[in-house]
Amino acid sequence: MDNRFFVDGEHLSPKAIEMKHKLETDASSRTDHMKYMDGMDRIKSDIMDRVLAEMDNYDYSKYTTKDVKAALEHETCTIDDFKALLSPAAEPFLEKMAQRARLETSKHFGNTVYMFTPLYIANYCENYCVYCGFNCYNNISRMKLDMEQIEHEMQIISDSGMEEILILTGESRTHSDIKYIGEACRLARKYFRMVGLEIYPVNTDEYKYLHECGADYVTVFQETYDSDRYSELHLLGHKRVYPYRFEAQERALMGGMRGVAFSALLGLSDFRKDALASALHVYYLQRKYPHAEMSLSCPRLRPIINNDKINPLDVHEKQLCQIICAYRIFLPFVGITVSSRESETFRNGIVKIAATKVSAGVSTGIGDHESKYSGKESDHAEGDEQFEINDARSLDVMYKDIENEGLQPVLNDYIYM
Amino acid sequence: MEDKFILGGHEFNSRFILGSGKYSLNLIEAAIRDAGAEIITLAVRRANTKEKENILDYIPEGVTLLPNTSGARTAEEAVRIARLAREIGCGDFVKIEIMRDTKYLLPDNNETIKATEILAKEGFVVLPYMYPDLYAARDLVNAGASAVMPLAAPIGSNKGLAAKEFIQILIDEIDLPVIVDAGIGRPSQACEAMEMGAAAIMANTALATAGNVPLMASAFKNAVEAGRKAYLSGLGRVLTRGASASDPLTGFLRD
Repeated sequence: MDNRFFVDGEHLSPKAIEMKHKLETDASSRTDHMKYMDGMDRIKSDIMDRVLAEMDNYDYSKYTTKDVKAALEHETCTIDDFKALLSPAAEPFLEKMAQRARLETSKHFGNTVYMFTPLYIANYCENYCVYCGFNCYNNISRMKLDMEQIEHEMQIISDSGMEEILILTGESRTHSDIKYIGEACRLARKYFRMVGLEIYPVNTDEYKYLHECGADYVTVFQETYDSDRYSELHLLGHKRVYPYRFEAQERALMGGMRGVAFSALLGLSDFRKDALASALHVYYLQRKYPHAEMSLSCPRLRPIINNDKINPLDVHEKQLCQIICAYRIFLPFVGITVSSRESETFRNGIVKIAATKVSAGVSTGIGDHESKYSGKESDHAEGDEQFEINDARSLDVMYKDIENEGLQPVLNDYIYM
Repeated sequence: MEDKFILGGHEFNSRFILGSGKYSLNLIEAAIRDAGAEIITLAVRRANTKEKENILDYIPEGVTLLPNTSGARTAEEAVRIARLAREIGCGDFVKIEIMRDTKYLLPDNNETIKATEILAKEGFVVLPYMYPDLYAARDLVNAGASAVMPLAAPIGSNKGLAAKEFIQILIDEIDLPVIVDAGIGRPSQACEAMEMGAAAIMANTALATAGNVPLMASAFKNAVEAGRKAYLSGLGRVLTRGASASDPLTGFLRD
């Protein structure tokens, strides 16, 4: 059973529908997803080849109970141990994995849990990624905030007590160019201690510029590391270029960013292989850039506007927990973020095991913080959401819930250098 | 017998330096009290915050703050963070932490020496966190450090005195106080370091991850005091280096 991603909106012209169908059904109508487009930096790096080679050779069915037990007994988790922990053979050991993960988390992070909130400033997109609410064919209300509106949103978020913000846009260079994003970062520095970015991948000199504007952390989701599957899901636009996206974190570090975040969107492809590749992407990049801070997210597919049936297929909460525990045991030092795509119950449980960062007071829409935070009806236009969230807790409620779990919420642990 | 711990010209009774990170802010006061601690470290980056959860608000008056420069990757960044610490009212003590590796968080001795030299000239009481290397320790002395803080084991590892032999060399050769920092997982390890002649112990994760933070703070207090007393008393023969024969080895000498 697979997700049915293709939805034709009534707003589309016959010509647009024809092109959309062609992209969906005729692989020859699509561009080569492994070929860089004009203007895209090519850097010298062997990390993609190393990650893909490991992923391609990963046969998780060969791992046995014995391998999993050995992996849990080893003081240092090797790549092969990690493969065992991600395999189906490890499923009966979930509680043991959780205990080990908790130990590793406490060694590196003690009892602390960091908090942040995303701020979507635009939802225009030039790509056709079939599972995403922002995709260019999806009939949603589009919007781009101007600087005054951005500042208003930031004030509201800042007043709630939040000190770390993650600025997001849809992936459109035309509507949300680098200068626009840079200006948003400069504004954010006035209100927040830490400014992260989750935008379309850019070149090294552009990351350098955005760093100078105040951003210090770059998140790029590879969505799926399986390049063939990637080409079936990302049918149009610059996001279709797999290697340019893969190398985004490395370009960000070359541009001077302090940290980078990684993720596969679980449910798009074989989740065990995607989890392996995500962690190895971190592992190899950390060896090359040992000073950099790194973190992993672990989002699962969620329903979107006009397609409420989208779901993460075989990645149930147990599998997600297994992946997160395996990440923690293999990479004890990395941050692990669990977003509001997951339920309150899951997030309360996973922060006690391995997650070190959670979002709160979340909206994935545009310009709607005032109405969402105050409950007041909005007197201005708002842009639609990227996906449905699952945990709508405010910062205050989340803060108290984390404390009630015996943990220490932390709003800032960061200095911009 | 009076046994003051002198650090940068300041006198302390306690030889246990408490960390404040990684555990509940509400437990800090009780931990300080039960540890008998007079010095507490805090990350400037944690204190660099708005009002909601400023760690500074949880530290009782009269306790000496030891801000650290965690987050610094170079000497220059450490110097900037130290100056910021002074600006936000953390005083003149600073623990230099410079890490260029996020996996093991091992200190970079070279950059640490550079930062020590600059900050000591600016009047800071500089306590550098270091990898236990004799040459680096000597350079830190010459750079104006007020103590050296060698790691016992990788930070957060709770592995105890993994670097015991090298720390002993520093204790034997360096005239400044040697404060053992990082990796101390249990009170018995703290006690052992004090028996060796360490001037003080710093611990954070060992307390932060304990079931009862204030009780563990109290256990560390007793362990550090016991180790200090053992050191001052001169360890008995069972514990001295090498064994002693029951018959004198020189009994054959006639004149």
